[in-house]
Amino acid sequence: MALNLIRKLMISSLFCFTAASASAETFVFTAIPDEDETKLVERFKGVADYLSSELDVEVRYIPVKSYAAAVSAFRNNQVQLAWFGGLSGVQARRLVPGSEAIAQGVEDQAFETYFIANTSTGIKPADELSSLEDELRGKTFTFGSKGSTSGRLMPEFYIRDVFGAQPEDFFSRVGFSGNHTRTLRLVEAGTYEVGALNFQVWEKELADGNIDTDAVQVIWTTPAYPDYQWTIRGDVNERFGDGFKQRVTEALLNLDDQKLLESFPRSDFIPASNDDYEPIRKTAEEIGILD
Amino acid sequence: MLSSPTVRTSLIFVAVALFSLLFADIAITASNPWRDLGNFFLGVITPNFFSSEGLMTALLRTVAFAFVGVALGSVCGFLLSLVYRFLPVRIFCAFIRAIHELFWALIFLQFFGFHPLTGVLAIAIPYSGIFAKVYSEILDEVDPEPGRLLPPRTGVIAAFLYTRIPDCWVQLRTYTAYRLECGLRSSAILGFVGLPTLGFYLESSFSQGLYSDAGAMLILFYVLIATMPLWVRPRLLPVYVLGAPFFLGEGLPIVWGNVERFFTEDIVPSPLRDGEGLGGLVPWLSELMVNEALPGIWNTVILTQIALVATGILTLLAFPLISNHFGGPVRRTSGHVFLVIARSTPEYILAYILLQLWGPSMLPAVVALALHNGGIIGHLIGRQTNTIRLRPDAPTGFNRYSWELVPRVYRSFLAFLFYRWEIIMRETAILGILGIYTLGFYVDSAIQNIRFDRAMILILITALLNIGIDTLGRYIRRKLALQTMPTC
Repeated sequence: MALNLIRKLMISSLFCFTAASASAETFVFTAIPDEDETKLVERFKGVADYLSSELDVEVRYIPVKSYAAAVSAFRNNQVQLAWFGGLSGVQARRLVPGSEAIAQGVEDQAFETYFIANTSTGIKPADELSSLEDELRGKTFTFGSKGSTSGRLMPEFYIRDVFGAQPEDFFSRVGFSGNHTRTLRLVEAGTYEVGALNFQVWEKELADGNIDTDAVQVIWTTPAYPDYQWTIRGDVNERFGDGFKQRVTEALLNLDDQKLLESFPRSDFIPASNDDYEPIRKTAEEIGILD
Repeated sequence: MLSSPTVRTSLIFVAVALFSLLFADIAITASNPWRDLGNFFLGVITPNFFSSEGLMTALLRTVAFAFVGVALGSVCGFLLSLVYRFLPVRIFCAFIRAIHELFWALIFLQFFGFHPLTGVLAIAIPYSGIFAKVYSEILDEVDPEPGRLLPPRTGVIAAFLYTRIPDCWVQLRTYTAYRLECGLRSSAILGFVGLPTLGFYLESSFSQGLYSDAGAMLILFYVLIATMPLWVRPRLLPVYVLGAPFFLGEGLPIVWGNVERFFTEDIVPSPLRDGEGLGGLVPWLSELMVNEALPGIWNTVILTQIALVATGILTLLAFPLISNHFGGPVRRTSGHVFLVIARSTPEYILAYILLQLWGPSMLPAVVALALHNGGIIGHLIGRQTNTIRLRPDAPTGFNRYSWELVPRVYRSFLAFLFYRWEIIMRETAILGILGIYTLGFYVDSAIQNIRFDRAMILILITALLNIGIDTLGRYIRRKLALQTMPTC
């Protein structure tokens, strides 16, 4: 009797799932979790409200826990638009034929990674990474997320290129902090002696007075490379009507709410194309992150 | 003393753990770990319950996922337990329970995405395997006598329901209730990979150093678990099970094409997908084995062995805290609180907290595993000592502990420890997601690089390793004639 009841309940609960999965057309977007979540949620809720008023459809932002989750959600068509990093954008566009990079920040054309060190190491800033070889060897080092462009791909590329060694062999301990803010906090606290992070995160935290400059400083800056961009799926017009992609693109390029732009922080959004990110693809293939 | 097989076995395991320590990466790398730990405890005693409007929803979802997942798991597990005597069923069950909930969640996330089904199945599948095993063990213990006394031609189902179930109903119920508690823990940690449960918010507040917010979440979680006897009532269960599916949240719709793509493309090894054939598969596999699987296995085994012995030591130290043979009521109450907190906090969350505070190494993982598992076994052993009657003139203090109690409970202590060996290994593997170089680290890296073929092979290896340890654990328990009822 009891078993029967439980079985019936389970079956009815399965029906509930199927019912829940059919919902109205909502334009959903996500972003790679590269910074503290509170900041991201605040920023992208603002973007969702803005897009919603510009596009006349319901727009929803969903926070995710990893770069790969953002790529998978985009690939699985559970989100149709995403604010990707250079590498995650390349991964996503490879997996979703027809998808396009439509907008980037002005700063993303020439993005940089800062190598930072805890001041207790005594490492002095340098113009050439090669001149830091002896000081850096055997230190503890943290990247950001495993899938990050500025926090993993580019720093790993330069470590291999300049020191001719895998990061695990060159440093005594290599970690992945998870995001740029974490990298900053871990190196500031001395948990790791050296780290690499997105220069924009550093500059913004510095301007906001959130960095103890007696404890941590920038020791090297990478050459410039292209980074973040808005990428949209190729099939949005079929789902949301003709010209939808164009309207999203225009809405993003016309975004001039200074507070919202500052939260990224970007001075403006400008057009982007898939080809802009070829250098990232080549670098990722070179160090074996992409097949 | 050395002639005793239990002592010899223990010493071998201690020796293995000491040997493993030589290779283990044990360090506190944070420059000021005690200040951070202090800040954390300050956060716990100054909890902020109003940090996020999502907190109550998260708590509700945590309960909802636990109920649906465990209910589905117990029904499937019960059905499987009826055919558990068949070898293929046993292998199937061993396999599905050898894969941790978080790994299942990571798999389902790739094609169901953020749909409630991901979380429900991530709990229900491994729990089915566990339920099947334990239910069948419970059913096997039932006295066959009433069944023999039935008149001929009694229906199989009627016979089963009237002669076997009543006899073990209490055990089935107790065990299912215990699993529900585990389900709450599993449900909470699913948030760490993005499902809308408690772990989601816990991870956010923790990684931002908002210890008061994190403290509030932990306190709510303990209260939820500690008050279970009050709100989980047999009469209310149908209401909960029926209602829970409506509180899972909407998530995002499933796109079924993704499911097909996952199984027919994503998890096919890349040389086969690219048409290189079997010739390309061998170098691909050996590269994967040498660079990822073997280092992962080595670290997983080392960490497991150290954590197992640490758990044993902690258990032996902790059980007197709640034993009637020592101390007064005040000490026992605080002992109970300590053990409840230790065993209610999922290892994953403990390890996460300690990693944040002490920096990355195997140390936080060892301490987390020892605290959680030692809390569970310590509680069971402590309770067991309360049933022991000592002579009125029995020695007191340390002599009572070492010459009267420990020898009496040592066999069941070992039995519990070997029972949890496999569980410790499963957790050790998963802790890799947090950045310790066990198998989970390589699984997570493969997923982060969108290489599900590699991730699946590594998960498969993790499962086989786990089945191996499970078999070895059972062999040792049989060899030493150790018996436990499945209580943990």
